[in-house]
Amino acid sequence: MTGTLTLLRLALHRDRALLPAWIAVITVLIAASASAIAELYPQAAERIALGVTIGSTPALQALTGPVFDSTSVGGLTAWRTTTMAAVLAALMSILVVTRHTRAEEEAGRSELIGACPVGHQAIPASAVLVAAGANLLIGTLITIGLAGQGLPVAGALAFGLAVAGTGWAFTGVAVFAGQLTAHARTANAIAVATLGAAFLLRALGDAARIEPLSWLSPLGWAQRVRAFAGERWWVLVLFAVTGLALVGAAALLSGRRDLGTGLLAPRSGPREAAASLAGPFALGLRLQRGSLVGWSVAFAIVGSLFGVLARSVGDLVRDNPRLAELLSLIGGGPSMLTDTFLAAEMGLLGLVAGGYAVQATLRLQGEESALRAEPVLATAVPRRRWAASHLAVALAGSATILAAGGLAAGLAHGLRIGEPVKQAGRLLGAALVQVPATWTLAGIAILLFGLAPRLTALAWAALLTFALLAQLGELLRLDDRIRNLSPFAHVPQPLTGPVDAGPLLWLCALTATLALTGIAAFQRRDLQGS
Amino acid sequence: MASSPAVLISGLTKRYGKVRALDGLDLTVRTGEVHGFLGPNGSGKTTTLRILLGLLRADAGHAELLGGDPWRDAVELHRRLAYVPGDVVLWPTLSGGEAIDLLGRLRGGLDPRRRAALLDRFDLDPTRKGRAYSKGNRQKVALIAALSSDVELLLLDEPTSGLDPLMEAAFRLTIAEERAKGRTVLLSSHLLSEVEALCDQVTIIRDGRAVETGTLARLRHLTRTSITAELDRIPGGRVLEGLTGVHDLAIDGARISFQIDTDQLQNVLRLLTDAGVRDLTCRPATLEELFLRHYQVAP
Repeated sequence: MTGTLTLLRLALHRDRALLPAWIAVITVLIAASASAIAELYPQAAERIALGVTIGSTPALQALTGPVFDSTSVGGLTAWRTTTMAAVLAALMSILVVTRHTRAEEEAGRSELIGACPVGHQAIPASAVLVAAGANLLIGTLITIGLAGQGLPVAGALAFGLAVAGTGWAFTGVAVFAGQLTAHARTANAIAVATLGAAFLLRALGDAARIEPLSWLSPLGWAQRVRAFAGERWWVLVLFAVTGLALVGAAALLSGRRDLGTGLLAPRSGPREAAASLAGPFALGLRLQRGSLVGWSVAFAIVGSLFGVLARSVGDLVRDNPRLAELLSLIGGGPSMLTDTFLAAEMGLLGLVAGGYAVQATLRLQGEESALRAEPVLATAVPRRRWAASHLAVALAGSATILAAGGLAAGLAHGLRIGEPVKQAGRLLGAALVQVPATWTLAGIAILLFGLAPRLTALAWAALLTFALLAQLGELLRLDDRIRNLSPFAHVPQPLTGPVDAGPLLWLCALTATLALTGIAAFQRRDLQGS
Repeated sequence: MASSPAVLISGLTKRYGKVRALDGLDLTVRTGEVHGFLGPNGSGKTTTLRILLGLLRADAGHAELLGGDPWRDAVELHRRLAYVPGDVVLWPTLSGGEAIDLLGRLRGGLDPRRRAALLDRFDLDPTRKGRAYSKGNRQKVALIAALSSDVELLLLDEPTSGLDPLMEAAFRLTIAEERAKGRTVLLSSHLLSEVEALCDQVTIIRDGRAVETGTLARLRHLTRTSITAELDRIPGGRVLEGLTGVHDLAIDGARISFQIDTDQLQNVLRLLTDAGVRDLTCRPATLEELFLRHYQVAP
C-alpha cells in the first residue's frame, strides 16, 4: 500500500473540478427537492392525498419506488429523490473508479507509477479511497442540507447514508469490473450495466409489488432504509458488506494478474480487412457496433420488462374501484392507465437513448484526443465526412435502440393481452416519436465538439438538465417556459393522444442546424491532442 | 511540374497560446530527395508536419505541398502522400492487418504484394488486436500502411522510435528502395546516424527555426575536423593556438590533438608536416558534433 497517499493526492488533483460538480449536483438536488415539497405541499392532508395517488400509480413506483410515509415532508422527499440520488452517486463512483484504475492502466500510465516505489494495490486503493471519500461527503452534506431545513436529524442521516451506501456498493462493483477486462470502456459498460440491472430489479419489484426482487437491488436497499419513515439502520450493513466484499475480491484478482491484462483474454483478429471496411462510415460503424449491439439488447430487455408490467398496471385499476371510477369519468379505462404507463416508460427510454446519442457522437472527441483521428485525416478523407461518420452512427443508432425497446415492449405487452402485432406497431411508434428529441442531444454534442472541444462535457450536462426537467418539472410545478426548454417536453404522445408532426419536424431541423454548424466549425479549427 | 519542390515553407509561424512552436521556419524539400529534418524533442518538427498535413493552421508564413495549399487542398494532396505519425495509436479492436488495409484504402488503395513483402520484412503478425501490440509493433503497422501505397511523398515523423536495430536496418533498406524509385521523403528524426545514413539533404531545426540546411557534405564543410597526431617535435604551443580555426587544443608529450575549422585545414597540415609527422588520424566531423554544436548550451 506504499504510495497510496501520494496517489490519492494525485487523483484528487485530477478530479478537482469533476468531483465537486458531482457532489454539488447530488446534494443541491435533494435539498432543493425537499424545500420545494415543503413549499408546494405545506398541509399534511395535501401530502397524504399525494401519497395515495402515488400508491395507486405503479408507473411512478417503477421510477421512484414505494412511498413509505407520505404524511411528512421528509417521507415525500425520500420517496421522490432516493432513487435518483442513489443512481447518480453510483454513476459518479463508477466513473471515478474506472478513471483512476483501468483507464490509467490502459493508457500505460500505471506502468510509470508501478515502476516507482508504490505498493501493488496502491492504485486501486487510492481510487477506492477517492470514491469512498466523495460518497461520505455526499452523505454528510445531504444530512446537513436536510436537517438544516428542520427535518428530523435521524431521517436526514439515514437518507444521507443510504445514498452514500449505494455509491460505496458501486465503488466495489466498478473496481471489480476493472479487474475483468483490459479496457476502461468495457469496465464502465459492465459496471453501468450492473447499475441498470439493479434499477430494473427494483422497478419490477416495486411496480409489481414483488418485495424479494427489490431486495436483490442496492437501489431497493436505499429505499428500504426507510429514511423519515421509521429508519431501519441495519439495512446499511448490506451496503458496507457488499462494497467490502467486492473491493476485497478485486484486490485478490489484481494480485494475481499482470499489468495491462484482464481476466478475459484478448482474441486475435483477421489478417486482412473485409472488403466492406473501406471508408470513414464503415470505420465508424465498426468501432461503435459493439456498443450499439449492447445498447440494443439492453433496450430490448428493458422494453420487454415494461411490456410485461403494463398489464399488471391495468389489473391494479380493477382492484381500485375509486380510481377506475375516476378514469371512466375522463373517458378512459384500465387500458388508458396501461397506456399512460407505457407512454411514461417510452419517455424514459427516450432520455436514456439521449445518453447513447451523446456518447456515440462524442466518440469523435475520443478518437481525436487519442490521436486516432490524425492518421485517418492524413489520408484522403475530408474532415466533414469523418465527423459525419460518427454522427451518422449516433443518429441511426439512437433510432435503432429505441426501435428495439419499443418493439420488445409492444411484443411483450401484446402477447399478454393477445394482440402482439397491433401492440408491437403501436409501441414501435411510441418509441420512435422520441427519436427527434434524442437527436437534438447528438446535435448539441457535435456543436460543442466543433466549437469548443474542451467543453464537450456540457452535452452531458444538457442531458442531465433535460432529464431533471422531465422528472421533477411536474412535481416542482416549474413554469412551462422552463420545462419547454427540454426537447423531450415537445414529444407527442401517440398512445394517449393525437400526434402532431410539427414538433418532430422542427426538432429535426434544429438537430440539422446544430450538426452543420458543429461540422463547419470543426473544419476550421486545429486538430487537438498535440 | 518536376521543377517545383515537394515542400516549400517560408517564414512559417505557429503559436500554442504563449508558446511559439514555429518561429519563422524555412524548409525546402526538392522532388526526389530524402530530406532529413533534425531536431530535439519539442523543436517543432511534429508541428511542421501537422501543418503540412492540414491538421493545424499556421498563424503566419507560407507553406506549399506538392504544388498545393496544405489546408485548402488537403484531401487532394493526401491521395499523393503517406504519413507515419510519431505517436502511433491503433484502434484497440481492429487487428493490425485491418488497420493497414483500412488506412491504405482511405488513401485510395494499396499494393497487396508490397503489403505482403513488408509484413515479411518487418516480421509483423497482422492478426493481433491493436491494443495487444508493443510500441515497436504499432510503429511497424503505421510504416507498412504508409509504405504499401504508391505515393509521391512520404512524411515520416520519427518513424524508427521503438524499433529494434534489426528492424531499423529493414527500415533503412526500404527507404533506400523508395529513393531509388524516385520517391520524395521528409524524414523527421533525432537519430543522427539514421539521417546520416539515409538523407541527401538535412535541415536542422531549433526552437521553431531552421538553423542549418544543405547537403551533408556542405554541412560537414561548415564544421570542424578532428586531428590527432604524433610529432617529432611539438611546435611552440603559441604557434598553433595563434592559428585561426583551431579549437580544443591538447598536448600530451609528443601527441597533439585538436579540432580545426575545415576551411583552415591546409594551413594546419603544412605546419604539422614541418614538425615531422610520425602518426596522423584525421576524422571528419560527425553530424552528431554538428548537432551538438547547435544545441549545446554555451558554457
